[in-house]
Amino acid sequence: MASAAEHADLLIERMGSNPLQVLIAIQKAFNHVPGDAICRIASALDLPLSRILGDVEFYGFLSREPLGVYSVLMSDSITDWMLGSRELFLRLCGNLGVSPGVTRSDGLATVGKTSCTGMCDQGPALLVNGIAVANLTGDRIDAISRLMEKKIPLVAWPDEYFHVESNIRRRGWLFQDWEGAIFEGEALLQEMTDAGLRGRGGAGFPTAKKWASCRDAPGSERYVVCNADEGEPGTFKDRVLLQHCAGRLFEGMALCARIVRAKKGFLYVRGEYRYLEAHLENLLAARRDTDFEIELHWGAGAYICGEESALLESIEGKRGIPRVRPPFPVTHGLHGMPTVVDNVETFCAASAIAAGGGREFRSLGTAGSHGTKLLSVSGDCSRPGIYEYPFGVSVDQILEDCGAGNALAVQVGGAAGTCLDASEFGRKVCFEDLPTSGSVMVFDRTRNMQEAALNFSRFFARESCGFCTPCRVGTEILAQTMERISEGRGTGEDIFEIGNLGNILKASHCGLGQSAARAVRDMLKKFPEHFEGTVK
Amino acid sequence: MKAISLDGIMAPFAEGHTVMDCALAANIPIPHLCYLPRCVPHGSCRLCTVKIDGRFASACTQPAMEGQHVEIDTEELRQLRLSLLRMLFVEGNHYCPSCEKSGSCRLQKAAYDEGMLDLHYRPWYPKREMDASHPDILIDRDRCIFCELCVKASRDVDGKNIFGISGRGTDTRLVVNSKSGLLADTDISAQDRAVEVCPVGAILVKGLGFEIPIGKRLYD
Repeated sequence: MASAAEHADLLIERMGSNPLQVLIAIQKAFNHVPGDAICRIASALDLPLSRILGDVEFYGFLSREPLGVYSVLMSDSITDWMLGSRELFLRLCGNLGVSPGVTRSDGLATVGKTSCTGMCDQGPALLVNGIAVANLTGDRIDAISRLMEKKIPLVAWPDEYFHVESNIRRRGWLFQDWEGAIFEGEALLQEMTDAGLRGRGGAGFPTAKKWASCRDAPGSERYVVCNADEGEPGTFKDRVLLQHCAGRLFEGMALCARIVRAKKGFLYVRGEYRYLEAHLENLLAARRDTDFEIELHWGAGAYICGEESALLESIEGKRGIPRVRPPFPVTHGLHGMPTVVDNVETFCAASAIAAGGGREFRSLGTAGSHGTKLLSVSGDCSRPGIYEYPFGVSVDQILEDCGAGNALAVQVGGAAGTCLDASEFGRKVCFEDLPTSGSVMVFDRTRNMQEAALNFSRFFARESCGFCTPCRVGTEILAQTMERISEGRGTGEDIFEIGNLGNILKASHCGLGQSAARAVRDMLKKFPEHFEGTVK
Repeated sequence: MKAISLDGIMAPFAEGHTVMDCALAANIPIPHLCYLPRCVPHGSCRLCTVKIDGRFASACTQPAMEGQHVEIDTEELRQLRLSLLRMLFVEGNHYCPSCEKSGSCRLQKAAYDEGMLDLHYRPWYPKREMDASHPDILIDRDRCIFCELCVKASRDVDGKNIFGISGRGTDTRLVVNSKSGLLADTDISAQDRAVEVCPVGAILVKGLGFEIPIGKRLYD
């Protein structure tokens, strides 16, 4: 076998000059990124060593130390916890005789944890060598352990282990079989404006306005980027859209490209969805649009890259540190050029409007939020999965449809979102009330919300990029404080301090830090009885 | 001429100016650590956080715009700055009494200015790698506050590109662009702007420690 450095040369020749994609391939081939490969990539691409080293030490799926032949990452989302993932994690470690995060001495396996893998509707889940295995049970963990001990390659593992269910429970406007495009160019922009299409990522910026701003911004190149890095705990709609509607997505990106005059587009997919690679590559290979090329760019375990400017940094092969804004990507995006960054659902909706017009879309939803929204529903309910509703649907309605009869709390918008108690279940999902990228996690009356607070605070500390002081330090202090409380060592002072930290975190550089204490504070306020017993 | 309000004082600004530029020109102090005039600002320390029309923003990166009402010296912002300074102290190992930068340290000065009397948070006592390989220069990573001024100065002023930032979250660390990762294997010199620009005691010139007596140092 070629050395890692030689392999790096081959990869650069074959894959081009994107260091992150080359590093992901090196990691796959060698179970780590050796120092000589880092040096070779840096010199071959004429980049400072620290740029390449920085990537390896930033992205969660890259490692400088050799990992096991089987590298397992257990999904650590709150919904995984609720389904017993922590017990299964210990069971796996016990079966294999490994300590968390420490590679077994014979090099067989490394078992660690990662943030939400986007399988909340069929958890607990794990990634083995980057590929998702869902629906974990004690038996399945034992079977997987045996397969690893016998050194059975992944391709020979039972297919059912890798089966991912789509769980589309409610289809609406977007899930219709849209074909072709009646509207293009200016007519499409007008149709989108009339329809009232706003970005589906949660911020709700008018999509036509974004596209027009990009078109009108000066620049020698333009780019269209689709953000499929959904990392918000509890969201998995992009996974399902990429599985079922990737054609519509590419059509939406191409329609946008024609408007803004872009020749190149990127689909940034989170590394957790690597199992979709062949499916997406096949669809891309079958595209016959020679004027607009779409390239797949894989993430590598960094929630922050879902922030659009961090995502652009990542496509440029850098650590995913959010940029100073303004300027915004529409004027200064990828490589400093005007760039449209939109969510998967937004591009799909744009292409559906192009195919069917915006009238029906306009008629759905509320006065300020037109059309439909895909919700990823998970947690304590009998029918977790994807639900498409017109905007304005009440939380009560969602709970009824998903079979959550005994709900205590609903977390809307993931770890960065809002925690609702039963008195608020009449609230509505829409930009005017509960704006969300679509994560809906249900907690029933047997749950202790302190667990969720602990999980979310640890999540942000793990995912903070480390750029700014309040987020780098504040999320860690918040997590340490929640850990103390959970271990019964908390004090009233700790509870008070969480409120303070929330204020400090609001001074963070980007939305991750700004929203990091939000859910925890909600939970403290709405479920004080879940905390009071454990603090001194 | 266009102007913004800084704690009620009208300060003029030109196109392209930030809130920090206006404040400096108007002699209105806004505490800061990672900002340095003539260096592209990025707003990582957040010490220069101000409130503009009800929202937090870092003064060094926020473009000045007509009609802005900027709050600087309010109780809320004083508390915030104090907390940020405490955070910088607890995440590293800042033992002022034995640090040779004491008296010339911008972090220490800012803490005095803001009246910081305790750490408030539990200190982390990190164990970070020290680099004493170079004959003239020492890196004590325990004191690094990730301001990136050395990164920028080495790249943009010295033209050597010796430093970089690696890692993530609390594992963020200052790294050196050499195969060994050691400063000895670079062409850095003690006269480099990258060395001089360090606001804390993370990059030190060897042999000069305690040369200037207490009481006569920069901020004494």
